[in-house]
Amino acid sequence: MKLNINSRLVEVGDDPDMPLLWALRDIAGLKGTKFGCGIAACGACTVHVDGVPMRSCQLAVGDVDGPVTTIEGIGDKENLHVVQQAWIDEQVPQCGYCQSGQIMAAVALLSETPNPTDDDINAAMTNLCRCGTYPRIKAAIKRAADTINQEA
Amino acid sequence: MGIAKIARRTFLIGAAAVAGGVAIGYYYVNKPYDNPLENDLADGESTFNPYIKISEDNTITIITPRAEMGQGIHTSLAALVAEELDISLDDVKTEHGLSDWAYYNAAMMEDGVPFAAFDEGFLAEAARTAMPAVSKMLGLQVTGGSASIKDAYNKMRQAGCATRYMLLEAAAKEFGVSKETLKIEGKTVVDPASGASKEFGALAANAVAMGAPAELVLRDKKDWKLLGKSQPRVDIPDKVTGGHVFGIDVDLPDMTYGTVKMSPRFWAKAKSFDDSAALAVPGVQKVIPIETQTGNGFGIIADNTWAAFKGAEALEVEWEEASYPKTSEALMETISAALDTEHDQSLRDEGSVVTAFADAPREELIEADYTVPWLAHACLEPMNATAQWKDGQLTIWASTQAPTVLQMVCSGLVGVASDDVKVHTTKLGGGFGRRGEVDFAIYAVELAKHTDGRPVKVTWSREEDQRHDTYRPAAIGRMKARVKQGELPSALDIHIACPSIMQSLMDRTFPGQSPAGPDNTISHGAFDQPYTIDSYRVRSSKADLPIPIGFWRSVGNSYTGWFHESFMDEVAEKSGMDPLQMRLELMKDHPTAIGVLQKVAEMSGWGRETPAGHGLGLANVLSFGTWTAMVVEVSSANDEIKIENLWAACDIGTAIDPSIVKAQIMSGAVFGLSSALGQEITFEDGEVVEGNFDEFDSMRMAQCPNIEVEVLETYHKIGGAGEPGTPPSIPALANAIFAATGKRIRSMPLSNEIDFVS
Repeated sequence: MKLNINSRLVEVGDDPDMPLLWALRDIAGLKGTKFGCGIAACGACTVHVDGVPMRSCQLAVGDVDGPVTTIEGIGDKENLHVVQQAWIDEQVPQCGYCQSGQIMAAVALLSETPNPTDDDINAAMTNLCRCGTYPRIKAAIKRAADTINQEA
Repeated sequence: MGIAKIARRTFLIGAAAVAGGVAIGYYYVNKPYDNPLENDLADGESTFNPYIKISEDNTITIITPRAEMGQGIHTSLAALVAEELDISLDDVKTEHGLSDWAYYNAAMMEDGVPFAAFDEGFLAEAARTAMPAVSKMLGLQVTGGSASIKDAYNKMRQAGCATRYMLLEAAAKEFGVSKETLKIEGKTVVDPASGASKEFGALAANAVAMGAPAELVLRDKKDWKLLGKSQPRVDIPDKVTGGHVFGIDVDLPDMTYGTVKMSPRFWAKAKSFDDSAALAVPGVQKVIPIETQTGNGFGIIADNTWAAFKGAEALEVEWEEASYPKTSEALMETISAALDTEHDQSLRDEGSVVTAFADAPREELIEADYTVPWLAHACLEPMNATAQWKDGQLTIWASTQAPTVLQMVCSGLVGVASDDVKVHTTKLGGGFGRRGEVDFAIYAVELAKHTDGRPVKVTWSREEDQRHDTYRPAAIGRMKARVKQGELPSALDIHIACPSIMQSLMDRTFPGQSPAGPDNTISHGAFDQPYTIDSYRVRSSKADLPIPIGFWRSVGNSYTGWFHESFMDEVAEKSGMDPLQMRLELMKDHPTAIGVLQKVAEMSGWGRETPAGHGLGLANVLSFGTWTAMVVEVSSANDEIKIENLWAACDIGTAIDPSIVKAQIMSGAVFGLSSALGQEITFEDGEVVEGNFDEFDSMRMAQCPNIEVEVLETYHKIGGAGEPGTPPSIPALANAIFAATGKRIRSMPLSNEIDFVS
């Protein structure tokens, strides 16, 4: 079975019931997407399917019906996404384990809502961070929004 | 086998070590460990000491041998070296490096001495002086106790300084000038007079041959270029691009996968099992029964993690009954009963509480019991480790806070010397004390015995993780005070009952070598606070329960801080004094405490008119050498509490990186507030009930208050940063709820008695 992941066709194994998370990590070798809970409660595994944020631990490979984007697909160190840059500017991460998911959730939020209020951010950013980086995540989202709006 | 090695295997860690005194031969204590980097230098690489490698192409690698679990430690440790080496952080690579005794943490055990941080009397100092020697002999390369900077502050600056001296010496010889005339620019030594220059990489081999200088003069604090200033963290670019390698991301050639299904009742074994359905799951290779010092159960080896999880689910096991009280209520009764026994330890006993209470009129007495439940660490990266057992060589890759402990314990599993076990420490997706344990590595090694030399990555499900934690113990604090209307309290008596973390830790880590002595962690955070009260007693009693318990961010301070500081709020209420004013008077012997109290009062506008339904709560806890005061503001509306603001002021003595310190205090506070909001591990039929985040949640963005942190640097010793933010956050919240609603809550989590905005 192959899926469109980060604009490439990628082998994801032959078990349609396998959650996308494990196909990404153990078969496709894309380990930026993290396993946290397995029940869609923490958001560490957030990816985009057709631009929509999805928790990949609860999404079977066989049910994926659009192109998948992971943290590796939005930017790399030489070519950072504006949200990744904002995360660096605000020095957001601590342990960093939740941050792939946080960034994917934030990218999706900003594409829907370019000028999010605090309430918008609270509603969209439900991912768990055990290190408590929430105040800096909020600041980084606002910084990224400013950058996007200046560029627009 | 050398003495150090024997000692390492047989030595008892803990309070007993201090109380009983430790006989250590001078020679063995002072003999330096070999530089482990000398064993595997690449071509063209030179090493100056265990912290620095320089290669011919001028790559400078700083070994930062503490677990990076979000505390920015690789940045701060690298900065200590870079400051003295006169280079910028952009000029260096950081690496955790292989585990080695040379990287023992000398400072971690200093906080374990049974004395308050401000006690600089002879006994306290003598005990502290003994601790680095004990740590060194044990070779404990451990990240914990908020001690990494305290430990590294001198030795890593000295490493940088000595290297700079040697490089300058080598250049001076080459240029034929005195080294005092030379300058360092970039990673190059320059002779301004002649314009000659030479890169560190070209000087390194000759510089090493010069030998270490006999005397070093470290740069004066006022001349610091990097230290004391916030640096961009070296780990962040990888963390925002998905490139950061945690233990769970380890990928090796020919690697296979696995998981475990351990007995849900602690220490119980399987009575019977049927693995036919598990083996029928596509991708499952083997089911292996395992019986270990940390638990009994089964390992499942499979082609991928998902198949292993499905195999574990399909494995049918009938487990033995629990050997201990089976419900939370019954377990709490055992703890409560310990309060009725003679105490094990009394680390503070001033004046006479007995006399003070004997003639007290009833209206001057105030009594309360406070209770806390067991808590899981809930590191977001579930427990995991990768192991390979091939050709007599055991190699482990793990998110670990204690790599040399893994070496010691895992060597015994395969019958090799601990020096022959290699441990690679990856980055950690949260630690909080959980990753100082050995269980995840033991299970990986047990499975690696069955993979024909292939490496096996063993990942636990969240449920397995949460139901097999080494929990923050439940505890009860029995509090009593004498206070007259309008006056300061004249007596405070605290009796804490709790199972012993040290006992639990030693029983599972070094079975058969457990210390029988008292456990300071039961009452630290209560006995060592900077209050002066005429009659002041703090006692503790161990409750004997086999539920595995361990270090959870701030350890005993996580509950003693709440007991003490919420009860002091009750005392203030009874007296009619303002809680801030009362503390300022009771702490007047400690200017550092006064400093943080006044700062947090100013930040929060303590005493101001608050909007209807709002309340401010104050707490002050000195832990891990850092004086920390917090004010929380809550609002109450529609029978729901919202945490609006949190202000924190801490005095850490010297802040190596102020932004990192602030982030850590904030992180600690959110960790504490999370526990108060609704965390509780409960037991039914001897098993942990809460399996996943739907039943054991942490604070989310929408619940997180605005947080402001101020860092003061007046105290004469360096404090820790990782843990001191947790203890005061909990009582500050509880006290704010009292101020807003008049409701005094004395058992955790607060959500059992009040609703929070979700």
